[in-house]
Amino acid sequence: MLEINNLHVKLEEEDKVILKGVTLSIKPGSVHAIMGPNGSGKSTLSYVLSGKGGYEVTEGSASLEGAELLEMEPEERAAAGLFLAFQYPVEIPGVGNMTFLRTAVNAQRKARGEDELSAGDFLKIVRTKAKALKIDADMMKRPVNVGFSGGEKKRNEILQMAMLEPKMCILDETDSGLDVDAMKLVSEGVNALRDAGRSFLVITHYQRLLDHIKPDFVHIMADGRIVKTGGPELALEVEKNGYADLLAEVV
Amino acid sequence: MTAMPKIETEVREGVDRETIETVNAMAGKYKYGWETEIEMEFAPKGVNEDIVRLISAKNEEPEWMLEWRLTAFRRWVEMEEPDWAMLSYPKIDYQDIYYYAKPKSMEVKPKSLDEVDPKLLATYAKLGIPLQEQMLLAGVEGAEEPRRVAVDAVFDSVSLGTTFQAELMKAGVIFCSISEALREHPELVRKYIGSVVPQSDNYFATLNSAVFSDGSFVYIPPGTRCPMELSTYFRINAENTGQFERTLIICDKGAYVSYLEGCTAPKRDTNQLHAAVVEIVIMEDAEVKYSTVQNWYPGDENGVGGIFNFVTKRADCRGDRAKVMWTQVETGSAITWKYPSCILRGDDSQGEFYSIAIANNAQQADTGTKMIHLGKRTKSRIVSKGISAGRAQNTYRGLVSMHPKAKESRNYTQCDSLLIGDKCGAHTVPYIEVKNNSSRVEHEATTSKVDDDQLFYCRSRGMDEEEAVALVVNGFCKEVLQSLPMEFAMEAQALVAISLEGSVG
Repeated sequence: MLEINNLHVKLEEEDKVILKGVTLSIKPGSVHAIMGPNGSGKSTLSYVLSGKGGYEVTEGSASLEGAELLEMEPEERAAAGLFLAFQYPVEIPGVGNMTFLRTAVNAQRKARGEDELSAGDFLKIVRTKAKALKIDADMMKRPVNVGFSGGEKKRNEILQMAMLEPKMCILDETDSGLDVDAMKLVSEGVNALRDAGRSFLVITHYQRLLDHIKPDFVHIMADGRIVKTGGPELALEVEKNGYADLLAEVV
Repeated sequence: MTAMPKIETEVREGVDRETIETVNAMAGKYKYGWETEIEMEFAPKGVNEDIVRLISAKNEEPEWMLEWRLTAFRRWVEMEEPDWAMLSYPKIDYQDIYYYAKPKSMEVKPKSLDEVDPKLLATYAKLGIPLQEQMLLAGVEGAEEPRRVAVDAVFDSVSLGTTFQAELMKAGVIFCSISEALREHPELVRKYIGSVVPQSDNYFATLNSAVFSDGSFVYIPPGTRCPMELSTYFRINAENTGQFERTLIICDKGAYVSYLEGCTAPKRDTNQLHAAVVEIVIMEDAEVKYSTVQNWYPGDENGVGGIFNFVTKRADCRGDRAKVMWTQVETGSAITWKYPSCILRGDDSQGEFYSIAIANNAQQADTGTKMIHLGKRTKSRIVSKGISAGRAQNTYRGLVSMHPKAKESRNYTQCDSLLIGDKCGAHTVPYIEVKNNSSRVEHEATTSKVDDDQLFYCRSRGMDEEEAVALVVNGFCKEVLQSLPMEFAMEAQALVAISLEGSVG
């Protein structure tokens, strides 16, 4: 599904290298987790994959279902099936949540040559999915993320994911700022989307999230590279002992 | 009566032929940049007393109207052009403009739209303006019955005709061109013209008073709710002409009318002057809603060409509890300089001003409103959204004035600026004068930038850059768009998106 090969990335404006050769292969239907100390490049990886400006790829490649990802515009990557659930979702004043969602869904459908969803059909689908995430009608009318609590913002990201039905979902610290209940709700939302044709890359600091969203593989990222890969037990080890031992091993 | 000096008017072919595709390719996004090839009749260039007499004679005006024009002209030649606005433009050579241009086929005024040159009618069809009474403005999704709108079509200096006149007459509503009003209802025009915007008001209003050619006249009798929306569509076509239209709307006691104004012009690489005057008189308990979607040619990305839109618009709420609502969406013009204003004379009268002013590329705008509170308990509300992009400069200039007798009056002003990119500018120049101690004035202003992060968020969800900008900007303008009549709101939304194309990156 997602093949990242020896990816080197530096900041566009400065000479700072952030990713120093990331290689990762994610097969369809699998859930990968990435953990690592602050500054290891986890968020940068997610931004570069989704096409955010400000980064320069100096070496390496990334492909989604065989198509070269890094040459596509952000909206093309979205239409190709990539989705990033942001760590800090932006606010868009004046733009209703419902309007935003509908514009996004139809933009992607149009890009793929599909028919746009009629207002009635769209409404039906949204209501069902919103209900599962405990997002009420009022929240749908409010401007996107404006005045939303941390939990509401994250649940809104998952709603977007549910509506857009992406193939490769990157969750950037989706659990940060969430209380236990909100985290459970978000995890349920993610788990409901698990499918043989869909993969997840879950970036997190805490083992706790991985209790609810059980990964197939866990990677530890440090200093711009993946330094260790293992099964779910690797996350438990990190939780217990911290990163120091692991990093010492690598060096 | 002095003999009319003989002036030879020359007949010329309209303009060089250009196919629609070529014009579109050159004009880029401004899709009204094409021109109509039609035989035109021009008066000689320049303005002087003879030209003023010519215009008056061509319109078959009564003697008093000619005298009125001449008084204005004589005043104008003594006046100095104002330069206090935050606008910069090349000096206008007033003698290098045609003040009179009329399609030759209109020499003999057609009795009905059926008799108008088909090429002229085709122009409006291409613009999507329904001139045949059975043509209706595009239906709105979910509307129970198609809404009818009466249209007065003005092409260069002349009104081609007005639809639904007979039906409106049955309700007692007079809707016709001002030249027709001067012939059919001179006493009404004489009573009100110049009473809201006096000849002496400002340089451009004075010029307009001398050389105005056509515009719309509306009279709504007491207690009447005008049965349909009225609109005037202005199309400048001929080169090097100035357009000086004059509109007069009178809404008698307890009456209501909603009036829409639309305008476009072909792409040219010289500037053209549009100096209009709109006067609205509102009696006791009456209400007027005046909406404008202005889409004059804005000039190209380098600021070459484009219309100078210098207009004076004012509503006089003469009677108690009179109400007026100005809504404007200004997306075109090289330069926009206008302050639709309200004189809140009657007690408990209300004025509202909603505006979206977009300046992109090299456009400039110095626009806003004046709310003059004279009566007691008068209320005004101003919501202004300025959007700047490219290298444009957008200025909001507003005056809120509370007269000593305007006790317990209130104003709420909100002016928001949105900047797209880092080479444009937004300026706010509010004037607040309060001369009594029971009035209340509230002023809020915000300046914001379209965030790269917001655009990236939208794009990561599948929208392309232009869709993303349109979405964010529409959110910014929502409050104003909602106050437009439905058909206009859709057109305005589309216009807002188009005028910002190419504004990012």
